[in-house]
Formats: sequence, C-alpha cells, structure tokens
Amino acid sequence: MSNNITTEDILRISGVDTRKCMFCGKCSGTCPAFDEMEYHPHQFVYMVQWGMIDKLMESKSIYKCLTCFACLERCPRNVQPAKLIEAVRQAVIRQQGMNHMTENDIPGLLEDKLPQQAIVSAMRKYKK
Amino acid sequence: MTYSYYPGCTLKTKAKDLDRYGRLSAEALGVTLEEIENWQCCGAVYPQASDEIATKLSAIRALDAAKGKGQKLLTLCSACHHVIKRVNHDMQTDDNLRLKANNYLKLDEPYLGEAEVVHYLEMLRDEVGFDNIKKAVKNPLKGVKIAAYYGCLLLRPSGVMAFDNPECPTIIEDFIKAIGATPVIYSQRNECCGGYISLEDKPQAQKRVDAIVKSAMDAGAEMIITACPLCMYNLDANATEHRLPVKYFTELLYQALGIEEEKEGA
Ligand code: SF4
Ligand code: SF4
Ligand code: SF4
Ligand code: SF4
Repeated sequence: MSNNITTEDILRISGVDTRKCMFCGKCSGTCPAFDEMEYHPHQFVYMVQWGMIDKLMESKSIYKCLTCFACLERCPRNVQPAKLIEAVRQAVIRQQGMNHMTENDIPGLLEDKLPQQAIVSAMRKYKK
Repeated sequence: MTYSYYPGCTLKTKAKDLDRYGRLSAEALGVTLEEIENWQCCGAVYPQASDEIATKLSAIRALDAAKGKGQKLLTLCSACHHVIKRVNHDMQTDDNLRLKANNYLKLDEPYLGEAEVVHYLEMLRDEVGFDNIKKAVKNPLKGVKIAAYYGCLLLRPSGVMAFDNPECPTIIEDFIKAIGATPVIYSQRNECCGGYISLEDKPQAQKRVDAIVKSAMDAGAEMIITACPLCMYNLDANATEHRLPVKYFTELLYQALGIEEEKEGA
C-alpha cells in the first residue's frame, strides 16, 4: 500500500535535516520506549531519508513514542528524531478516518483519578 | 511582585491541590497571582510539527493577555509550562507562525513573543529566593527523604526551556533543602514516566513507573514530589511493584510555611 507521503513531506512537516545524522545510535540508546518500538529513533532518521515512509506509517512505533524529548536533547548533532516521529504520526492521523483514538474511546478508559491532561494529550496526539 | 497566572484545566479539576496550595503559598511569600481572564486549555502537548498553527492559538492568547498587563506569565503545571514556553519561543523566532497567528487573532497590536513565561519553581528560585523561603519556613520537614521527579517537560529541550541543567538539575533539590527536608538523587529523576501513553498502553506506562519508583526507593526516598498532574497520577496509579507516596511540591511548601495553623489560629 502506498500513502503517497514522500521524504520531502516528512522533512517539511518536521523541519528536520536527516543529513546531519552520523548514526551514532545515542537517540535509540536513551529512548525509554526502545523495547516497545519496532523502529527506533535512529531508524526513523535513515528510513525517512531513504524514502521508507510507508513502513513507518504502518508501524505501531509511532504510537509508542512517549514524546519525552530525550532523543532530541541528547543527540550530539541536534537531529531531533522526536520531530520525525511526530511528523510521521501527523501524516497518518491527518488522513481521513485515520484517527488512532477519538472521544468515543475515552469512556471505556476512564479511571477515577485520571487527570484531564491525559485525555487532552491523547486527543492531541492521536486525533485530528 | 504580581504575575499573570495560567492555572490550566487540570488544576481546575483533578489537580486542585497543586493550584490551591500554590496560590496560598505564593500569597504567604508576598507574591500575587492574578489569574488571566478567559484562558483556554493549552492542549497539553506542544505541537511539534512545523506547520501547526491553530493548536498554538490558545497559548498565544494567554501570552498576549500577560503582555497586555505588563506582567510575567506564571505557570504551575509542567505541561502547560512546556507548551506555553515553547509557543512563546516560536512566536519570537518563527516568521511564518508569527504572520499567520497574528493574521488570525487580529489583536490590537501583533504579539511577537514579548511576554516572559516563568514556572512557579523559577519564581521561587529567582524572585523569592530559596534562602528567604528557608527563613519563612515554620515547620521544617526535618529528616524526610524526598525524591524530586523532574520528568521531561520542565527540562527538555533545554535550549528553549532553559529551566535548569537538563541532565543534572538542582532546582527541586534546592527547594527540598529550603523546606528543611533531605533531597535524594536517583538516576531516573529526569527520565520519562510514560504519562502520555497511559491511555494507549498501560503496561508500557507501568514499566516506566516501576523503573522510576524503584530507582527512587533504592536511593532511600520516602516520598516523590512533582509539578505535573499527569506524572502525579501515573506514578501512583501505574506503580505495580513498589509504591511511594507522590505529592505536589506546592503541598509541601504549604505545610512547611505553616499556613494552616496560622489560619486556624486566627
Ligand atoms: S539522530 Fe542524533 S543521536 Fe540519533 S543516531 Fe543520528 S546523530 Fe546519533
Ligand atoms: S521522544 Fe520518543 S523516540 Fe525520542 S526518546 Fe522519547 S520516547 Fe524515544
Ligand atoms: S497542560 Fe494540562 S492542565 Fe495545562 S491546560 Fe493544558 S491540559 Fe490543561
Ligand atoms: S507525565 Fe511523565 S511523560 Fe509526561 S512529562 Fe511528565 S514525565 Fe514525561
């Protein structure tokens, strides 16, 4: 399946320059979601660069990223892999019918102490 | 000193304590917090995509309100602080966003990032001063070993947040010392608790929380403190192996300042 999303689209949405990456792997080494991700932050960098966008868009990895900015802070070349992951996620959820989670999913997930912030942030991350 | 105050939606509901103790303590320390009018939820997640505009408007409105009053904008929730501080930075540096946001908002005067965003902890450090807090403390929390949990949003990206050293922060530890308690340093204090993923993947959040609580416990902590309602919920609700009490830093400040007794005595 082809999503017609190109390397250029992801670079434009993210504002990232993948050519700065030296593949040191520090971003993936520091990522707290490493075990849960099929593709790791440094792989997002080269897969975007080499046009393997469909694979990333179809991967659960885009929902496993915690948006903690550790990869972004600790990258020695300021590549900012977190922004690439966000751009791929946006490319997916901006498509019609591709929301990962909507308000309708929330009641089933509610707990007594759950703060609004959890819901507001899920809507912003998973839905357009 | 008077600040414009942005409480955020969570502090109006599930995190009322963070807000209430924060306000009472500020008052006791001679700092006035004026809640800005008609603020809207900032959205809780900073929109990282460079083409996002609508999702930044509520933060810009709050910033412009503070600018209008000639005040600094004070935040308390880590997430609000993160979003508003970064959007402000964008308004200082991103011409495209400046143009489009201002065209949309049609303010009397364009907003160009003039307001200064200050987190409550920064206000304590830079405005009041931890030495003065120490002097104002009536009930020092002597001997209590406290783990400061920074999480992600206050510190990163350090170039924009400029909150503290992102890998070796001291501000919350200095706060803990000021209220007479003993800070505990542990490796996970600035690693993510997975709060954002708690709706999507609970086991993943539990794994992060267990790692953090264990790290704090191994270092001898009896309690964890935070400035983030989501961290607060997550570190408590998603702990499976070990458990520590989790509190807002403002609650301890309130206790240490002895505000309660004063009120009761009066
Ligand atoms: S993105 Fe940065 S940290 Fe990750 S591999 Fe490339 S250079 Fe290293
Ligand atoms: S932002 Fe996402 S990818 Fe980067 S370190 Fe955190 S969890 Fe991993
Ligand atoms: S960050 Fe949290 S509390 Fe702050 S306004 Fe936004 S959602 Fe509400
Ligand atoms: S809630 Fe946990 S996940 Fe979110 S910022 Fe706070 S530390 Fe990171």
